[in-house]
Amino acid sequence: MSINEEVELLRRIPLFAKIEPAKLKLLAFTSQRITYKPGDTVFHQGDPGDAAYVIFGGEADVLVDTPSGPLTVARLKQNDFVGEIAILCDVPRTATVKAVSELVTLRITKDLFFRLITDFPQIAIEIMRVLAQRLERTTADLRSATAKQNGKT
Amino acid sequence: MEKNLYKFIIRFSLRQQIIITLLSVASFGPYYYYLSMPKTIINEGIGGKHVTYPVDLWGLGVLHLDKVDYLLVLCFGFLLLVLVQQAFKYAINVFQGIAGERMLRRLRYDLYAQVLRFPLPTFRKTSQGEIIPMVIAEVEPVGGFIGESFALPIFQGGMLLVIFGFLVIQNPVMAMAAVALYPIQFYIVPKLQRRVRALGKERIKNQRRLSDRIGETVTGVVELHTHDGSNRMLADFAKRLGISYWIRVEIFQRKFVIKFVNNFIQQLGPFFFYSIGGYLVIKGQMDVGTVIAAVNAHKEMAAPWKELLNHYQTREDVKQKYEQVVSNFEPEGMPPPEDQLLEPAEPVPLNGPINVSSLTLNDDQGNAVLDNLSLTIPWPARVAVVGGSGREDFLQVLARLQMPTRGKVSINGRLLSELPETVTGRRLAYVGSAAHIFNATLGDNLFLGLRYRPVHERQMNERQRKHFERELVELKASGNILYDVDADWTDYKAAGVDKPEDLGRAAIAALRIAAFDEDVFQFGMRGTINPKQRGELADRVLQARRAFRSRLADGDIADLVEGWDPERYNTNATVAENLLFGTARELIFDVDNLASDPFTLGVLEQVGLRDRFLRIGYEVASTMVELFADLPPDHEFFQQFSFISSDDLPDYKELLARAKPDNLGQLADADRARLMTLPFKLILTRHRLGQIDENDRAAILQARKIFSQTLPEDRRGSIAFFDPEHFNASASIVDNILFGRVAYGQAQAQEKIGAVMADVIKQLQLRDPIIEVGFNFDVGISGARLNSGQRQKLAIARALLKQPDWVMLSESTASLDPRSHAAVLQALLEQRKQAGLVWSLQRVSEAEGFDIVVVIADGRVVGNGRYADLAASNEAFKKMLQG
Repeated sequence: MSINEEVELLRRIPLFAKIEPAKLKLLAFTSQRITYKPGDTVFHQGDPGDAAYVIFGGEADVLVDTPSGPLTVARLKQNDFVGEIAILCDVPRTATVKAVSELVTLRITKDLFFRLITDFPQIAIEIMRVLAQRLERTTADLRSATAKQNGKT
Repeated sequence: MEKNLYKFIIRFSLRQQIIITLLSVASFGPYYYYLSMPKTIINEGIGGKHVTYPVDLWGLGVLHLDKVDYLLVLCFGFLLLVLVQQAFKYAINVFQGIAGERMLRRLRYDLYAQVLRFPLPTFRKTSQGEIIPMVIAEVEPVGGFIGESFALPIFQGGMLLVIFGFLVIQNPVMAMAAVALYPIQFYIVPKLQRRVRALGKERIKNQRRLSDRIGETVTGVVELHTHDGSNRMLADFAKRLGISYWIRVEIFQRKFVIKFVNNFIQQLGPFFFYSIGGYLVIKGQMDVGTVIAAVNAHKEMAAPWKELLNHYQTREDVKQKYEQVVSNFEPEGMPPPEDQLLEPAEPVPLNGPINVSSLTLNDDQGNAVLDNLSLTIPWPARVAVVGGSGREDFLQVLARLQMPTRGKVSINGRLLSELPETVTGRRLAYVGSAAHIFNATLGDNLFLGLRYRPVHERQMNERQRKHFERELVELKASGNILYDVDADWTDYKAAGVDKPEDLGRAAIAALRIAAFDEDVFQFGMRGTINPKQRGELADRVLQARRAFRSRLADGDIADLVEGWDPERYNTNATVAENLLFGTARELIFDVDNLASDPFTLGVLEQVGLRDRFLRIGYEVASTMVELFADLPPDHEFFQQFSFISSDDLPDYKELLARAKPDNLGQLADADRARLMTLPFKLILTRHRLGQIDENDRAAILQARKIFSQTLPEDRRGSIAFFDPEHFNASASIVDNILFGRVAYGQAQAQEKIGAVMADVIKQLQLRDPIIEVGFNFDVGISGARLNSGQRQKLAIARALLKQPDWVMLSESTASLDPRSHAAVLQALLEQRKQAGLVWSLQRVSEAEGFDIVVVIADGRVVGNGRYADLAASNEAFKKMLQG
């Protein structure tokens, strides 16, 4: 897979969709592409977060530790972006990510991520937009859930 | 050392001085004839005065010469005299040079030897910045002076006397008149000179301070930067330079005054001759001829007189320098030279109890650091010394590095003050908290304690032997030490082994105790070996390579390493590596130079890659400019990722503006080379730029074959080819085992591979040999390439290797991480069970594993006994334990 293909993949991710291709190319070029074998761990819950990952191919499970053992809470597929919460909020990893099949990722280090944001404010704006949309959606979900709750009582 | 320069000269170079003086005196004769010959030629040869032809040379009746022949004979005679005269001059100069240089060598050697015997406290007041210029620069003029110290005054003085005598015979009055003013000159000039000398002294002192400052700046550069101290240092330096400047200006002024006075007095002579002589002539009491003769005589005497005066001035100057330097090198309390030189007649074992009675040690200000301290330590014993200040000094006294002010220290019944360093330096070891590591290999540092005198003579061929013998003569003539530094100094027996081959084993044991073996193993893995010298090890590394490869083949780690395969393109290596299929040993095949190397270009041409590379180069450059153009020039990305440095980026930008993709071939050679350099650096899996496609790779493989087949014989040595069956001498051991590249972007590749490799090395028992390769690791200036913990571990291993009776450690593990510290403590306590160990500890609780604990407070022993007993009943110790 060449840089240009990676750029194409990155553009399909909402977070990066509106960033101009040249910047994405720099992001792809300066990031490491890492392949994981089935069963390999991308990161562990509780680890300090040092990078975010874009999934280029393969699938991975998101596991959360529970008193009764690890619980799979989500399945990651191509074009998913994972691990950004830990680097944005500076908290330990909130879940474990494990490769299910052969998993190809682009590893965007924390340093690189922040540097990109400082160097190219449009990325920051884009991220804000995406996060705001997510928040908006979550709020809407909450509102409708609350409405349902209220309607019941 | 001789305090007086002339005593020094006479004591060590009397014979040379006599020879030089005799030569000088002997040259008088030819010199006289040489001077008088022109007169003879003009008067007799040309003028024909007092000559009758044919001339019967020397009245022997053998040769009869006519006028022209006689002239020729005289002229050739003159030529001969010139030769003789110059031959004398040559011999005298060479002799003077040699004598001076030998004396200078002796002087510098003596000064350096003094430094090696300075008592330790001296170095608290004397910095290396002061010592270095004294030994190197300040004594330099002494050598030049010594050669002529006797010959010049005798020669020039003799000349003066001869001319003076000649004058006296001609006209005593005028002769006396010609020298009448000399005494005045001789009286006044030194007076004026005195102030200049004092200034010179000041200047030297100031220069020492300058060099001291520079030395401090170099050592303290981090502190200066972190506190923005550069400007103050600059201002301080400028001030000191100013002091030097003003001293120099005053010296100039005074020097030229002296010159003025000298010349004036010199011209006073003619003034008197003309005025008084002239008056007498007018009065008819003297004839004109006498006046002229006097003026001429005065002129004749001027040259030797000037030389004598100059010599006198240099002499005063040099004498002062010599005496000043020597006085600086005689601190109090210095042991005699025998202390380091005298080999003990038989080994003096110090494996016995330590007895300290009424030990007092004062610091340089006279305060007691150790105060009337008495202590007995049995043998064998592991002793922890805890408590307040004075512990470090106490250990240094026990190791005989410092001499007590009062009191006695004896080990195994021998007074330390009566034992030479040749005994204590071998039977005792001391490691301080900041032990020095020398700028050499790790092994050289490790074996320091085993190399105290040459043990095995060096193997020499005829030429080397001759050279060495000549050197030996000079060593003797200059009073230098006669030991051959290139001999084998390593005393294997001192490390407890018989053969050189076993030394590694002993060293590794010491490294293990100091918890340093893993570090050295890593150095060894990154080190290289010469398979011609270490064929057996190279073979074993190859064996490891095969074992490692077969382990890779049958595991799920196969794709973590991409091996070097002559038939395949390695996607984790650069294009250059794929083409050369080896590592460049010389700059011509360095990746930056390949694009301008005609041979490489020719090979590319043959497989049709030349234009293609130009094209790829153009594309890569475009991409790089596109990616990096917006970044500020100091952005980290340039360093981490770009093929093009930020400095070169504008050039490439401009180059791209000029180049059109269709007419790249028309670019100037330099531009083309610039573009073509880029593809060589591409690594497929890493850069993913997609330019090198399947066809290109096939072509590069083809080029690889052509390259190795047609490479000219004289350039074969410039590349170390990858060869599955051979050891690559320019690659590290780890690369030789790996024989490939770790794949990019494979999760945890390094860790997984590292584990397999460690396993292979363990199975093949390669660990120890690789540690020994690590002995060749160059540790850098003061061990700068080691971290502080590694330096301490090295120092401890070095102290243990020579198997001393007592080891003194003064907080020598302070820089170690807690785990290593605990490991070293444990291992040392175990190893010293039947020997002596005195360890000064910062943390009191660590003293628990020791046989005896000594508590020191205010320079006295306030507790001495077993840990448990002290913890139960000793108040001072209890307090310390509580914290």
